Order: sequence, then C-alpha cells, then structure tokens
Amino acid sequence: MTTLALGTAQLPKRTPKRVLPGFGLTLGYTLFYLSVIVLIPLSALVFKTFSLTWEQFWAAISAPRVLASYRLTFGASFIAACVNLVFGLLIAWVLVRYQFPGKKVVDALVDLPFALPTAVAGISLTALLAGNGWIGQYLEPLGIQLAFNPNGIVIALIFIGLPFVVRTVQPVLEDTEKELEEAATSLGATRWQIFTQVILPAITPALLTGFAMAFARAVGEYGSVIFIAGNMPMVSEITPLIIIGKLEQYDYAGATAVAVVMLVISFVMLLVINALQAWQRRHAGMPA
Amino acid sequence: MSGIDTATALPTGAPAAATGGRTAPRRRAKAGTTEARWVQWLLIGVALAFLLLFLVLPLAAVFTEALRKGLDAYLAGLREPDAWSAIRLTLVTALIAVPLNLVFGVAAAWAIAKYEFKGKALLTTLIDLPFSISPVVAGLMYVLVFGANGWFGPWLAAHDIKIIFAVPGIVLATVFVTFPFIARELIPLMQAQGNDEEQAAVVLGASGWQTFWHVTLPNIKWGLLYGVILCNARAMGEFGAVSVVSGHIRGQTNTIPLHVEILYNEYQSVAAFAAASLLALLALVTLLIKTVAEWKNEQEMKAAAALPPERPSTP
Repeated sequence: MTTLALGTAQLPKRTPKRVLPGFGLTLGYTLFYLSVIVLIPLSALVFKTFSLTWEQFWAAISAPRVLASYRLTFGASFIAACVNLVFGLLIAWVLVRYQFPGKKVVDALVDLPFALPTAVAGISLTALLAGNGWIGQYLEPLGIQLAFNPNGIVIALIFIGLPFVVRTVQPVLEDTEKELEEAATSLGATRWQIFTQVILPAITPALLTGFAMAFARAVGEYGSVIFIAGNMPMVSEITPLIIIGKLEQYDYAGATAVAVVMLVISFVMLLVINALQAWQRRHAGMPA
Repeated sequence: MSGIDTATALPTGAPAAATGGRTAPRRRAKAGTTEARWVQWLLIGVALAFLLLFLVLPLAAVFTEALRKGLDAYLAGLREPDAWSAIRLTLVTALIAVPLNLVFGVAAAWAIAKYEFKGKALLTTLIDLPFSISPVVAGLMYVLVFGANGWFGPWLAAHDIKIIFAVPGIVLATVFVTFPFIARELIPLMQAQGNDEEQAAVVLGASGWQTFWHVTLPNIKWGLLYGVILCNARAMGEFGAVSVVSGHIRGQTNTIPLHVEILYNEYQSVAAFAAASLLALLALVTLLIKTVAEWKNEQEMKAAAALPPERPSTP
C-alpha cells in the first residue's frame, strides 16, 4: 500500500514476526561473506574492463577466432540442452510413472554428473570415443568421428547437463493431478492427446527451467570439454579456452574482455531461469 | 489401454505418495491413466539405453582404463609422490572450503528462511550467482584481485604473501565454485518448515543457540548432510577455476583433477585413470550417502505424518 520507507532496509517492518534472535548476525555475516568471496572479485573484473578503450574492448571480443568460439560454445550448448530436454523428460517420466527392477539405482545414478568431477568425465568420454576406444573403434570404420571435434563437445555437454531437466521435471510430474487425465480419458482422449494437451502444458515451465539450467551450465563448462574437443582454433575451441589462452600469454585485459561477455550472458541466463521459476510457481498454483 | 495390467499397485504407490503428498489429495483411481504395456517397456528401454551410454559406460571406462595393466600398475600410479601431494592438497582444500561454506550456508539460510526483509529475492539470486559463472571466469577474477598485476598484487609481493599460483588461491577458487551448494539446499528446506517450532522454543526461554541446536538442526540434518557431501564432491573435483589460479607446480599446487590432466597429457594413461578412479569412487560414495540421506529423510517425514496432525491440512 503506502510504503514510502525507502531508506529503512534494515528496520523491522509491519510484520511482528521477529521473535527469533540472530537476524543481524546471520544477515550481516551473509552479506560480508558474499562481498568478500563473490562481489568484490566480480567488481575487479568490471574495473579491469575499464582499463581498455572501447575500440580495444571491441577488438578483443570480436576477433574472428573469438567469434568462432562463441558460435561453437552456444551452438554445442544449445544442441546438448535440446537432447537433454527430450531425454531428461523421458527419464523423469519413466522414473515417476513406471515400475521396473533397479529403479532406485537408476534414480540415484542420474545425479552422477553432479558428483563426478568434470575432468574425469572428460578423459573417460575421450577414452570411449577416441578411434581406439570401446565405442570409437566401431564408429571409425563407418567414418563417424565423435572425439576431437565439435561432436565430442556436444557429447560432453550432454553428460554435464543431463541431471538438470530430470531433476526439475520429476517433482512436477509427481504432483500432476491424475484426475485431469482420468477426466480426459473418460471424455475419449487418447494417451497421446492427454500427454500433449494435459500433461505437457503442466510441466512446460519445469521443462524450460531445466533446459535453461543445462544450457547455462554447458556454456561455462571447461573441464570435461577440453579433453575431448581437440581444441583446434576456429573449429573446436570453446570460449573459456580462449580466456585461458589469453591468460597464458599474459593478455589479462583481453582475457577480461572475453570474460565480461561470458559474465553478461551468465547474468542474462540467471534472470531467465529466475523468471521461469517464478512462472513455474504461479503455474503450480502456489498460495498467492 | 485399460491399465489394470500396470505395476502401479498399492504397495509400490507409497513412495509416490510420500513425495507428492504435501499438495495434492491422494484418492487417485488408476483406470485409463497409463500406457499400453509395450509402450511402457519401449520407453523404459530407451531411457535405460541412454543412461547406459552416457552414464554407466563412462564410469566403467574409468575403472577399466585404470586397471588395464593390472593392479600393480594401478597402485604404482597412486604411490607416486606427486600423486600423494595432489591427494593431500585436495583434502586440505576441501577441509577448508567446505566448513567455510557450511557456516555461510547455515547463516544465509537462517536469515533468508526465518525473516522477511527487503532485497531478499536479490540476495537469493546473488547467492546462486557462482552456479552460473563459468569456473574459468571465476579463476580469472581472483587473478585480477590477487595476481602480480592485480589490485593487491604489489602489496602482497611486498609482504611476501603468495595467493595466486599457491594454495590460498586454490582454496579461494574452490570456495567460490562451491559457494551456493549448502545454502541452496537449506533455504527451501527451512522455508518449508516455517518458524513455529523455533518461536515456541524461544517463548519457552531457549536462547538462540539452543533453539538452533535442539530445534532447527534436527529438522534440517539430512538436507544439511546432502548439501555438505555435494559441496565436498565439487570441492575435491573442481577443475576449471583451480586450473587458472594453480600454476600447475608439480608436487606443490596440483590437486587430483590437475594431476589427472598432467598425466593424461603426458600419455600416462594408466596413472591418469588411477588418480581419476579415486575421484570416481568419491562420486559413487557421494551418490550413496545422498540416497541414504533422502531415504532417511523420507522415513522421518512418514513417521511425522503418522502422528496426529497439528492443524487441518487438506480442504
């Protein structure tokens, strides 16, 4: 209503809820730690950018090799997130709706990419897909190369992003009301019609949230990709690797310029994910 | 079509009810709401094949590659002094980073879940920020602050303190990438539990600490454990951010993941996969603890639900 309290961020408001002690201590420590670990280093990145003129900045972020890396990073991340969207939904569906032996183990295993260090994933996928690997040896005679080129990057990013869609869709699918499906069935709808017109609309926000999370994670990914990518300039060099390359040549300003581009994209993705999650909460009919 | 043939019989319906039971009413009949059996098995088959290809095979490859030349070669790879120092550094890093983020996570969750204040949404978003920043960018930030040409570089050099290309930098980068894990796990949990029990404790004369230890902590312990082990797995396995600030000095600033990279690039495949197998084991243990924690939590929720309700729950 008429809250004109602009400078009173710290003062207690109309809610007489503050019976519990520790607000000042916990919030104070949270802000302090957040500033030291995240905000101050982040501002160093921004300030470093100002040491460049606009022309230098633009030249650093729009060099052909850098542009090629954006195309690769975003293209591969997008394809990987799309694959995860489809298979993540399928896995969540199977885990929620069906019973089969070993289901508990499968459910636990879905989180493996969260727990397995990315460097380990990188070398093991490379070992599988390289020309002499378990899978690669059968594909190479067919002329299919999955390692040391952009294909390998997509596969590594599918691995990294796999749990996101499953874990965002799973709880929503568990909560969908079967009554609606029963009603649709009794009105003569087929299972496919029910899926596309009843279930899919209900889980769309969760699906998109998972997609955005997998995409955001893939864009920044480094550890798993560099082993399998082959890292050829203009062909299979991802943007984080460009930053590393510039750092190794002591081009701190250039590295920072490219990093700022990635940072801006991170912010945008974070906002998109927040908006999607807010949509999801409204969609789920959370108490207003 | 008719759905009588499905396996959604009563006893197996229990877990679904436990997880989804908070919101929806549960008197669901099951006629006509499932697929034909062959469709079910087709979907299950495709899902399992995908998981086999993308999760099980890479995991299996780590161990077979590590043991390719027998157990002796495997153990020799792990007994190297450089491997030992990498293991030590990884443990030390996790031992510092995880408790720091644990204290922060509990404090942040307490402030955010138990109180209303302006800017709460912004604060929550900022806590999530390290999740969406590329680890390489995170490492670069610390180089810009503490590196030789950074903000504090000259001062640190004058006082002979090394942060970048030394252990403190590795710890800082690890703290950054694992920053949100525990807070993220605790905030929704503590929000869902509300303030009633804590307020009762305070009204009955408990101090803030007593309230936390005896009322809040027992309620959040499984979520806390889950957050801690995930945070630990990431702390021990972080590669990108640590790689930027480490300087890759053998025997000094190499963590296990960096050690794996060096060996791999030197074509010492068995030794590389032997070190990697330690991290893969860590991942498996992490998943195991996580599953047990979830199961325990579910048990306790069920036990709590079996008690007479404190207030009318469903309409």
